[in-house]
Amino acid sequence: MTGRFTPIMWTLFSVGGTVAAFLFPIHLFLNGLAFPLGWLDAPSYEAFLALVQHPVTRLYLFVMIALPLFHWAHRFRYTLYDGLQLYHLTVFIAVLCYGVALAGTVVAAYTLWNIA
Amino acid sequence: MTSPAPYTPYHPRWYRRRMSVWWWLKDRAYVKFVLRELTSVFVAFFAFLYLWQLRAVTEGPDAYARFLARLQTPFFLTVDIVALAFVLFHTITWFNLTPTAMVVRVRGKRVPGWIVAGSNYLVWVVVSAIVAWIFTRGLP
Amino acid sequence: MPPTVRLEVSRYRPEQEDKPAFQTYEVPFRDDWVVLDALNHVKDQMDGSLSFRWSCRMGVCGSCGMMVNGRPKLTCAAFLSEHLPGPIRVEPLNYFPIIRDLIVDITDFLEKLKKVRPWIVRDQVLPLEKGEYRQTPEQLDVYRQFSQCINCMLCYAACPVVGLEPEFVGPAAIALAQRYNLDSRDDGAKQRLKILSDHAGIWGCTFVGECTQVCPKHVDPAGAIQQYKLAGAVDMLKSFLMPWGTR
Repeated sequence: MTGRFTPIMWTLFSVGGTVAAFLFPIHLFLNGLAFPLGWLDAPSYEAFLALVQHPVTRLYLFVMIALPLFHWAHRFRYTLYDGLQLYHLTVFIAVLCYGVALAGTVVAAYTLWNIA
Repeated sequence: MTSPAPYTPYHPRWYRRRMSVWWWLKDRAYVKFVLRELTSVFVAFFAFLYLWQLRAVTEGPDAYARFLARLQTPFFLTVDIVALAFVLFHTITWFNLTPTAMVVRVRGKRVPGWIVAGSNYLVWVVVSAIVAWIFTRGLP
Repeated sequence: MPPTVRLEVSRYRPEQEDKPAFQTYEVPFRDDWVVLDALNHVKDQMDGSLSFRWSCRMGVCGSCGMMVNGRPKLTCAAFLSEHLPGPIRVEPLNYFPIIRDLIVDITDFLEKLKKVRPWIVRDQVLPLEKGEYRQTPEQLDVYRQFSQCINCMLCYAACPVVGLEPEFVGPAAIALAQRYNLDSRDDGAKQRLKILSDHAGIWGCTFVGECTQVCPKHVDPAGAIQQYKLAGAVDMLKSFLMPWGTR
């Protein structure tokens, strides 16, 4: 993977990693621990829906979901390649990782566009 | 080594050590590296989890309530705690490595690493507080 | 302080064995001795057949790199006192083919150094009458750290990618390329990026960071490579956004 493809993927990896680094701890803390365990009151369905329908939030959430997926794809691809020495599967691994990230991005875009 | 390097002429008497599949367990620094790389799996996990939540929102209040109930099960609580640990490890290693990857120069002098990393942590705290405030209230 | 310390040295004599094995030597302990002193004691007083490379014995030539207790070190800088109580395991540098005992073949490394064109490349060579290419201390400072490399290959012995992918150009070579890219007298950054913008070049690096940890001259090759990746990414973006630029 040379030419322009790898630098593009690396850029997505970097920006995605930065987004995840800044935003994921708090969101995961809220959604995974604070709300389910009742430490903090979760917003009502209507309040959350209204928040998510706002165009700024839609863009924020799209960036927050899509970019970290590409961060995972690039990093995990190298982990499988180097960690498990799966050199003969290199194209398959790349297609799998970036493909899953792309699929997630498309679903995120579709979901956020159509939030009722 | 998976194959003789293209540069070195093959010498039948030279001993070439094979790199074990468990190479990453042989050194503490390598173990930390692989753990750092594995944080990406939990990053992907949370991205998909949030996407799942958004899909539940589009399906209406009942589907949403069922999703939230699912997050309260011991399985998800456990997974989320583990995921949070890995995501925090990602954040910390990411900020600590930023000064190495990005050289910031002010008036010809290089800004010390701890200032670059420290400002990332500061911004992280501020951003987290803002996010918490917005996402606990929603849009009433 | 103990009177002696045990050294476990990897021996490999291709004419009599087909894989390396350890041989133990009990050497005197002196608190000012380094592992190199112990090896030389072995060779002078105990076993003349032990083969290893060394030269300056003061950390500037880069000849005496070996694995000491599993970590790549310059044996002239690894004090016996830091490795007590022993035994101290001495092996040849990781990820290189072993020729004999503690001696590894470094042909690959030398080829990789040449590959990155480690010299001042000029678009226009100034005629002699114009005098020297002048440089301010600030301009020197930009690349100075990356010019401190003594080619000791400890970074190669620390980098798992070097072991996993024989074609990977490696930390020292990429840091050397960056040393020239950042030199104000050099115009070769584009050429070098073309050579290194490859899986065998900068994109093969996964920023393990061990190269920087083991470097005895604090060159920070990991930093050089990540900065190079950033430059490569910026160059790629420019080629999309400003395709009329020189390409």
